[in-house]
Amino acid sequence: MARQVTLNRRMVNTAVAWAFGLLIFFPILWTILTSFKTEAEAISLQPSLFDFDWTMENYQEVNSRSNYPRYFMNSVIIAFGSVILGLIIAVPAAWAMAFVPSKKTRGILMWMLSTKMLPPVGVLIPIYLLFRDWGLLDSRVGLVFVLTMVNLPIIVWMLFTYFREIPGEILEAARMDGASLKSELIHVLTPMALPGIASTMLLNVILAWNEAFWTLVLTTTNAAPLTQFIASYSSPEGLFYAKLSAASTMAIAPVLILGWFSQKQLVRGLTFGAVK
Amino acid sequence: MSTTHSRTAGKAMISPAVILLFLWMIVPLAMTLYFSFQFYNLLDPVKSFAGFANYEYFLTDPAFFEALGNTLIIVIGVLCITVIGGTLLALLLDQPMFGQGIVRLLFIAPFFVMPTVSALVWKNMFMNPTNGLFAFLSKLVGSTPIDWLGHHPLASIVMIVSWQWLPFATLILLTAMQSLDSEQIEAAEMDGASALSRFFHIIVPHLARAGTVVILIQTIFLLSIFAEILVTTAGGPGYASTNIPYLVYMQSLLQFDVGGGSAGGIVAVILANIVAIFLMRLVGKNLDL
Repeated sequence: MARQVTLNRRMVNTAVAWAFGLLIFFPILWTILTSFKTEAEAISLQPSLFDFDWTMENYQEVNSRSNYPRYFMNSVIIAFGSVILGLIIAVPAAWAMAFVPSKKTRGILMWMLSTKMLPPVGVLIPIYLLFRDWGLLDSRVGLVFVLTMVNLPIIVWMLFTYFREIPGEILEAARMDGASLKSELIHVLTPMALPGIASTMLLNVILAWNEAFWTLVLTTTNAAPLTQFIASYSSPEGLFYAKLSAASTMAIAPVLILGWFSQKQLVRGLTFGAVK
Repeated sequence: MSTTHSRTAGKAMISPAVILLFLWMIVPLAMTLYFSFQFYNLLDPVKSFAGFANYEYFLTDPAFFEALGNTLIIVIGVLCITVIGGTLLALLLDQPMFGQGIVRLLFIAPFFVMPTVSALVWKNMFMNPTNGLFAFLSKLVGSTPIDWLGHHPLASIVMIVSWQWLPFATLILLTAMQSLDSEQIEAAEMDGASALSRFFHIIVPHLARAGTVVILIQTIFLLSIFAEILVTTAGGPGYASTNIPYLVYMQSLLQFDVGGGSAGGIVAVILANIVAIFLMRLVGKNLDL
């Protein structure tokens, strides 16, 4: 009897949760579906969910007409470039703070967090003018640097919380067994640190990929990533829903898939370890 | 345990990150502060000392108060929707059900959509008064379609941004909810506590900390909403959907008024700092060093 009640409740829960889930997901689903419609069907006053002539022509058109591959490559270079550069700077720093903490460690971490709170418009004008004078406007190098700095506090914090979970005794034990510093690093520490570094990289690539302040104000064509490419569809003459949908689907698909793998890291990374 | 040697090494490992972040933050901020006291327009390269004139100009501009109000409406509106909605959805997702993993993926998806995509998809495919899906739905029930972005620009932006941030609130509140001791709930149930009183006396106090984190972190991001406004309304009609970041952007990069824009930037920094102080305290408490 009790089992019956739980099963019923389970069914109700399932139905309600799926209904809300599909409602929230619907705009994404609708975008994906519209990307396979013709332009006429996309703006039809009698929209249909699945019952239309499926076509790939929007994808072909977006790819051939608008130099989509270049925007995509810019996104890849900027997102991965900034995160890799960030890791190179942050791994040693987080490492030292986790394993050789000093009195200042806490203060440094809090200060790094505070830089993240600085609103971008507070530094927009000087960065814009300096970039103009140095010829860095609309350059990938400039954007990689800016996004590295924007995400560096999160990268350091995430790595720090992961590294802190590596027990220090393991290092001492390895040292007692006569392991050299080099073998200690390669055989003991690296395997234990890699999952944390991978998670940090994943979440920060997503954040950099979707960053939509600096990528919009500092680029026009050369270094423009997908955020800027999609923004170009905001002009009235670009009102082609099916093509907008195809471009949007291509822009969000990689991150959506990466993102689904990184749910747990998302909570940890974006709350600076305050919620685990 | 740590020797002088390892301490020196530690310092060397930390310095690059600290120095780079320091330069990134302090140098431009000092320049913004300097510009804010100058008459400086990009079209007229001659600078001169302005005193507080830029601040006076920016703070007495009616557009500033409209933008400040809009900024607050966006922050508070989105917070209300996402925190209340997120709590209810987290409560729902915490129940036993079939296919929980997949449902969670559906809920979390909007967070990974880039801001320009979600803004344009909502603007064109949902809110457009002729071809949008909302127009289709309202015609279906026999009412006149609403020109969302034309007549309710701010409410529309709040809606779009809420859709983007609801997953974040839900996911964090769900994580916190899952750490709740189920025995405590069962004990309350045995003592005859109603579902409502269990919710308000056990679950809500348990979620308080995670909820605070959600509110503070979202506030930091919501104070700086930019792309969603740029691609949907461009701040209009008039200043109806202009927030402070967008106003600073217009002042400096579209009207080339570096001095006025900088004064606005400093005002934005001060606003953000008020929020930041609270968040820092909260995170600091949690950091046991």
